[in-house]
Order: sequence, then C-alpha cells, then structure tokens
Amino acid sequence: MSVAEKPTAVGDDAARRAAADLVAGLPSAPAVWCSGLRKRYGRQQAVADVSLEVGRGEIVGLLGPNGAGKTSVIKMLLGLVHPDEGEVMLLGQPGTDPAARARVGYLPELFRYQPWLSATEVLALHVRLAGIAVTAKDQRDCLTLVGLAERAGDRLGGFSKGMQQRLGLAVALVAGPELVVLDEPTSALDPLGRADVRDIVLALKARGVAVLLNSHLIGEVERVCDRVVILDRGRVAASGTLPELLGQRELRLQLTDLSAQARARLAATGKAEQEGEWFTVALPVDDIGTAVPDLVADLVALGARVHAVEPGRISLEERLLGILREGAVARSGEER
Amino acid sequence: MTTARTVLTIAALTLREASRRRVMLALGVLTVALLALSGWGFSRLAAESGGSALTSGEARLTASIVLNLVMFGFSLIAALGTAFLAGPTLSGETESGIALAVLARPIRRSAFLLGKWLGLAAFGSGFVVLAGLAQILVVRATADYWPPEPAAALALLAAQTTVLLTLAVLLSTTISPMASGVVAVGLFCMTWVAGVVGGVGESLGNEAVARIGTVSRMLLPTDGLWRGAMHAFQDPSALLQFGDEGGQAFPFLSVVPLTATYLAWAAAWVAMVWGLAAASFLRKDL
Repeated sequence: MSVAEKPTAVGDDAARRAAADLVAGLPSAPAVWCSGLRKRYGRQQAVADVSLEVGRGEIVGLLGPNGAGKTSVIKMLLGLVHPDEGEVMLLGQPGTDPAARARVGYLPELFRYQPWLSATEVLALHVRLAGIAVTAKDQRDCLTLVGLAERAGDRLGGFSKGMQQRLGLAVALVAGPELVVLDEPTSALDPLGRADVRDIVLALKARGVAVLLNSHLIGEVERVCDRVVILDRGRVAASGTLPELLGQRELRLQLTDLSAQARARLAATGKAEQEGEWFTVALPVDDIGTAVPDLVADLVALGARVHAVEPGRISLEERLLGILREGAVARSGEER
Repeated sequence: MTTARTVLTIAALTLREASRRRVMLALGVLTVALLALSGWGFSRLAAESGGSALTSGEARLTASIVLNLVMFGFSLIAALGTAFLAGPTLSGETESGIALAVLARPIRRSAFLLGKWLGLAAFGSGFVVLAGLAQILVVRATADYWPPEPAAALALLAAQTTVLLTLAVLLSTTISPMASGVVAVGLFCMTWVAGVVGGVGESLGNEAVARIGTVSRMLLPTDGLWRGAMHAFQDPSALLQFGDEGGQAFPFLSVVPLTATYLAWAAAWVAMVWGLAAASFLRKDL
C-alpha cells in the first residue's frame, strides 16, 4: 500500500465507525407498523381503514365486538391474508418479505397443530422453520413454562383444547421472538390458565418483547396492556394509553361535619356530586399524584371528618361500550 | 439455502404424516395381499404351461398380460392413495387451521407447497417402485418371466403417480379436500377409459374415436405414461401373438413405446400444473 493511500483508508474506517454510531443511535423501528389496511371479502368490507403501531417492548391490546376485523388485521400483519390496500412493516422489514417474521411468534385464534406429532416434535418443527437455533433444553423449558412438561412426549391427538392452546402459546414463544401476536390466547383456558397467560405476557414485557394481544376479556387487556386499540366495523374507533382512553379519574369520599370552606375546597378540586354523606369528585387530568393527599389534608384541617376515601375509575369495559354505542348512534344519524 | 431447508422439512413432515396416520401400514398390507394373490396365480400359470397345456409363447403372453393387470392395480392404489392424501394434507390443513401457525413462520408459501408436493411424490413414487419391483421378483420366481425394461417401466409408473398427485395438489388449492380427491381420481379413471376407447377406435380404423384417446392423453398424461410402462413390462413377442390390431384394442397391452416428445410434454405438464397450483396457493387468504 502506498503512503498516499493511507489517509484514505483511515478516512474510510472513520466513516464506517461514524455510520455505525449513527445507526446505533437511531431509534429501532416499531415492532408492528401498518397503514391504511383494507380488506373486502365479497360484499363484506371486513377491514375498512386500519393503521396502528406497536412499539418495541410495548403491549398493545386489540379490542372490539365480533366481526370488527381484529383477526383479519392480525392475519394481514402476518401475511396470511393479503390486504386489498395498505402497508405492513414488522420489526423494521416489509411484511411482504417472509424474513420479516423470523422473530415473530403467533398464536392463532383457530389453534390446531399436527395431531400425529408430539408436543416436543411440534416445537422442534417450528424452531426449524423459524431458522433460529434453540437448544433442546430451551425448547423443554418453553413447554414447562406453559405447563406441558409432563405431556411433552405425548401425541397431540389426545390433548384437550386447553392443552392445545397452551402448546400454541409455547409455539409462539419458542423461537426467541421480538414480537408475539396472541389472538384470543385464553379462549380455551380455565381461570388458572388465564392467570398463567397474564404472567407470561408480563414476563415478555419485562424482557422487552412486544406483544399484540387480541382478547375479548377486557379485564385481561386492562391488566397487562400499555395501550389499547379499539376496532369497530373495520375501523379504529379509538386508541391510546389506558389513562388517555379512560380519561378522568374520580374520588369517592364519605364526609361528615362539612363546613362551607371545606365544601369550597372540595369544589375547587373538580366537579363534585353529593349523595347523602358520599361525595364524588372528579380529579384533575394533570394530577401527578398529589391531588388526593392534599385534598384529604386540607379537608381535615378545615374540620371535616373523613370516614372513607375510595379511588373510582371508569372501567375499560364502560369506556369500550360507550365508544361502540357512540359509533352506532353516529351511524344511525348518518343513515337518517 | 433456507428455502431448500424449508422444502426438505415440509417434505419430511409429509412423509412422517403418511407413516403416522398408518397410510404406509395400510398400503403395505394391501401390497402384500396383492403380491401373495398374484404369486399364487402365476405359480398356477407356470404349472399349466409345465403340463404343456400352454406353449411357451402363450405362457409369456399370459404372464405379460397378468403382470400388466397387477401393475395396473398397484398404479391405481398409488393414484388413489396420493390423490386422497393430497387433499387432507394441503386443503385440509388450511381448513382446520394447522397451516396458520406454520405459514406465519418466515417461509415462502411456494417452498411450503413444493415441500408438500415433494413429500407426496416421494411417497407415491416410492410405493409404486417398491411394490412393482416386488411384483416383478414374484413373477420371476413363480413364472420365470423377466420384463424387457423393468427400470424404465417402474420409472414411468412413478411418473404417472407424480402426474396425478400434481393434479390433486392443484385441485386441493382451489376446492375442498374431499372434492379434490374425488375429482382427481375421477379424471384419472376417465382418461384410462378414454385411452381404451381410443385403442378400440384405432383397431377399427375409426379416426374420430381414436382421437379421443390421443386428446385425453395430452390433457392428462397419466394414461400415456401408463401405456409406456405397460410396453416396458410386456414381452415383445406378446404383440406378435395378438397382432397389432388386437393389441391396440386390448387394455392391458401397449403397441408402441413412449416417444421422448411425449415424456417432455408430461414433464412440461407437471411443471405447468404445479405453477398453477403455486399461483393459486400464493393468492389464497388463510
């Protein structure tokens, strides 16, 4: 190599390092990104216009009534159904490329696995198809995690529905996924199984794995999800974090010996309603956690006797029903 | 590389399904029964000719015809077996939901389809070649008859099975599992009958009737390949005994060997029909 070339080589190296730093500094692409998904089956518009995003390590719940298009959206994300329009990106790669699904685990709503294989063989098959090296021990651990360790060598033909769904969960988890898509993961499980799934989802979140969870069980979604997307008739009816969707929180207080000043203090916090000794006060939206203790301290200082303080919250179920009813009313208005 | 691994994994899975679902066992039992029956028949035949009731030429003719008849039985079993296997394994899996979890893996649908096809082809071809070989050995032991081109004949039987299962794969990407098996086997039998009718037409010198056989052999090459296989199994002197016209009309003798052009057409037909199956499967919403 000549002396004149040396600086160029050093320059190349520096440029490469700079480029690597730049890429490392970029925020990683979301786990799921889709825009303008549409799908029509014959006359039925199953999905009208759905755009959504699941960040890395985020747990997003998909809610909506039957026929809202939730499963169709999930299948379009995974390339199982071809969208009429719209784009999908999985873990930063276009969804049309099968390689985008290398780090994606999926439990279908209709979970069926080869009945002539054993649970261990099903996992081995999926590991091979995923093209990712997973040791036999890790595969066994995965079966243990879903509670199937004792049935690992049995053929699936003799499995109950609940056991098959547990196996489906193991299949979704086995190949080191960075995104897990669970379509009604607890539909065949008993309450104990549901609690297991909840724990598993929370463990995935702790490991930074993104989860897209479609479930009818609103309580389940409310407990584990960071964000919720509500679909209605193939469109996104609402989406946001739980506090955003559920809006204001309320406080219920049982008070006696209430002076006029204490009443004024109560009214200053937010809109208050009285029912006998019980008062319901809306808390400010921008509350950073000080509103309740401050209010109680001030009320006591103003001579009021505080018998009970209960946090009240609009449940996700109430909110969901509200959104769906608003949609129905708006539609009937348009029709008229 | 990964595509090749996917194809081989799915092919191996298909073979494992055939074995675990006792298809192999059932075929094995049927084959042994057919072999035993034909072995007994051939030994009776040999006893007759030994007692000089038949001339050696007649004995060879009879052995040729009966061998072709038994081989037809095997090819029918293979055709029915693969056609009815292709339905459940492909459209059955998409219907039941087994395909959902598999196809959500980072694999191409064309690789999945090719794996299924390869597994079925290996299964069907493996069966006819093994059963056919066993049958040839039985005939040799009992009637002392060895066909002129056994390897070519067995290869043509395998090709015939592959042609039919490719059709069954195409059908199973478009219609229900049950219907795909029924339609594939129905078309197979229709082509065979059309071939026989065409042979009768030829022996009678009726061109219009003869054309039925020619056209059906182009549309579905199973019958053409089967006739090529028969020609390779039978004794060349058998046709001399029958005469060309009689041979044409007889369903278990074949007058002419296969041409290279026809073989090329059969290969192109398989590629084309597989391509249609892949195009249909790729577009399918699961």
